[in-house]
Amino acid sequence: MGELRLMKGNEVIAEAAIRCGCDGYFGYPITPQSEVMETLMDREPWNETGMVVLQAESEIASIHMVYGAAASGKKVLTSSSSPGISLMAEGISYIAGSELPCLIVNVQRGGPGLGTIQPSQADYFQSTKGGGHGDYRLIVLAPSSVQEMNDFVELGFKLAFKYRNPAMILSDGAIGQMMEKVVLADYIPRLTTEEIDEKYGSWATNGRKPNRKPNIITSLEMDSGRMEVNNQRLQAKYAKMEEEEVLFEEIQCDDAEYILVAFGSSSRVCQKSVDIAREKGIKLGLLRPITLFPFPKKPIAALAKRVKGFLVVEMNAGQMVEDVQLAVGCGVPVKHFGRMGGIIPSPSEVVEALEHKLIGG
Amino acid sequence: MELADIINPKNLVYEKPALLTSTTMHYCPGCSHGVVHKLLAEVIEDLGIQEKTIGVSPVGCAVFAYNYIDIDWQEAAHGRAPAVATGIARTNPDKVVFTYQGDGDLASIGTAEILHACNRGEDMVVIFVNNGIYGMTGGQMAPTTLLGQITATTPTGRDAGRNGYPLKITELIAQLSGTSYVTRQSVQTPAAIRKCKKAISKAFQAAIDKKGTSFVEVVSTCNMNWKMTPVKANEWMVENMFPFYVPGDLKDSSKNNPESYTPLKN
Repeated sequence: MGELRLMKGNEVIAEAAIRCGCDGYFGYPITPQSEVMETLMDREPWNETGMVVLQAESEIASIHMVYGAAASGKKVLTSSSSPGISLMAEGISYIAGSELPCLIVNVQRGGPGLGTIQPSQADYFQSTKGGGHGDYRLIVLAPSSVQEMNDFVELGFKLAFKYRNPAMILSDGAIGQMMEKVVLADYIPRLTTEEIDEKYGSWATNGRKPNRKPNIITSLEMDSGRMEVNNQRLQAKYAKMEEEEVLFEEIQCDDAEYILVAFGSSSRVCQKSVDIAREKGIKLGLLRPITLFPFPKKPIAALAKRVKGFLVVEMNAGQMVEDVQLAVGCGVPVKHFGRMGGIIPSPSEVVEALEHKLIGG
Repeated sequence: MELADIINPKNLVYEKPALLTSTTMHYCPGCSHGVVHKLLAEVIEDLGIQEKTIGVSPVGCAVFAYNYIDIDWQEAAHGRAPAVATGIARTNPDKVVFTYQGDGDLASIGTAEILHACNRGEDMVVIFVNNGIYGMTGGQMAPTTLLGQITATTPTGRDAGRNGYPLKITELIAQLSGTSYVTRQSVQTPAAIRKCKKAISKAFQAAIDKKGTSFVEVVSTCNMNWKMTPVKANEWMVENMFPFYVPGDLKDSSKNNPESYTPLKN
């Protein structure tokens, strides 16, 4: 078993990045995730593993630094919070269009605009439906604990490199700021230049070798026919992710008559709501999507055949509920309960909403 | 004398640089980009750095630069080339990185990225082709458009009250501690081309020697959007642009390291 520590979610992102053999981090301060870069600067990984850490002049610059380094075959990440992710949308679209692997951490805060620094889940649409221009998807992982903040760094990179696609950890201010015990991962060495040549030499811009054509990383294609082919290749990749990479957790769903669907912080609240409801004699279960894209459509559709209804609990005005409705279809009711503006719902108000919107309704 | 007697390897006095690909360039006849590309290809070949040079092309007329020089390239979003190059350079300290940018890309939408990359003293070369106009999008006003100059968005000429003043970004860059060599060149005559090549070569050598950022502005023509013949465009550039964008070195500290720059180890 790895090293056991008590840490903040944001600190763990930094620690996990160093330990998983990351080559670089590029970021810009924004609350509530500034501890990621602060921890990295404090740890000085350039002295330990050779990992580069750079404070950029903006989130725009951060993501384009990630683009440059990722294109050369390096394992790199950035982190930010909602308004900063909006600024990164341009670069994320380029990275997806150029089919490059990287990791982006969004420790969400309430919006729109400058909004609030309190936790929120209002960037679900932005993360799972694109966010920037063009038809693209991110692999979106939603941690609900500090342990998962640790685990999803390596998982995110693994999936990003498998599909040559940007991956996002969609966290929030609560998970970023809270302290929990965490089992840290063991160190994985950074790839050497030779290993990068061997593994990614077919596409990485790490210097034109005599035995190959120049590698060119671009998302530009002026010929519409070829551009459509490029889009079809992306869509085929996303379809494969939907077949092979869906992750979710079911809690007390076996005998459940009603199902809560919630991710991240709100799923932690809903675990308690399940206990409260069961004490009241309501057979309630919880389905927690872990990958928000690819979304767990099939397990939700399977539950829809045997339960009386779904309540989707989110810290937003109703975003994931649309994906649950699509998965469920017309068979049983799908309702939404959300708090906005940085407010975390209480377990009992979730149960009240269940009784009011679904059982009584 | 037969044609074969003339076109014969032993009579060869000049040839296409080995690193310039055979792809037909998309540039308009008379454009300066082709000459600057040729110089870049020659310098990379002369310095023997083909296998470790990574180019970053911009958005603008030079977006397809990656098709013309036989090295690894990345195509950046509009104005972001210096950030992209920073990402490459920081994680690949053994490589030589350069950006190739126009005046809209570098001096307008990418002002933050170029100033901060130069201010950090990233070990890279910036080739800045300044023709005072947006070429690719059809001749709109650029930050470097001269006062009175007619463009698609200043049809009666650039007016300081309405449009502000032409930006001497290279003078700004020269003020930054992270830059070691900052120069303004041109390519309108064989002599100017030879001088420009020397400047590009010196800039690449400074990047190889980890002396911070080197910045080469090439004052250029856009005869198509200036609506002039190539010859007239060269004359217009000399008469109108040179008095404002004065050719020559603005800063040359390549013999000395800039203050307290320590490259990250990898």
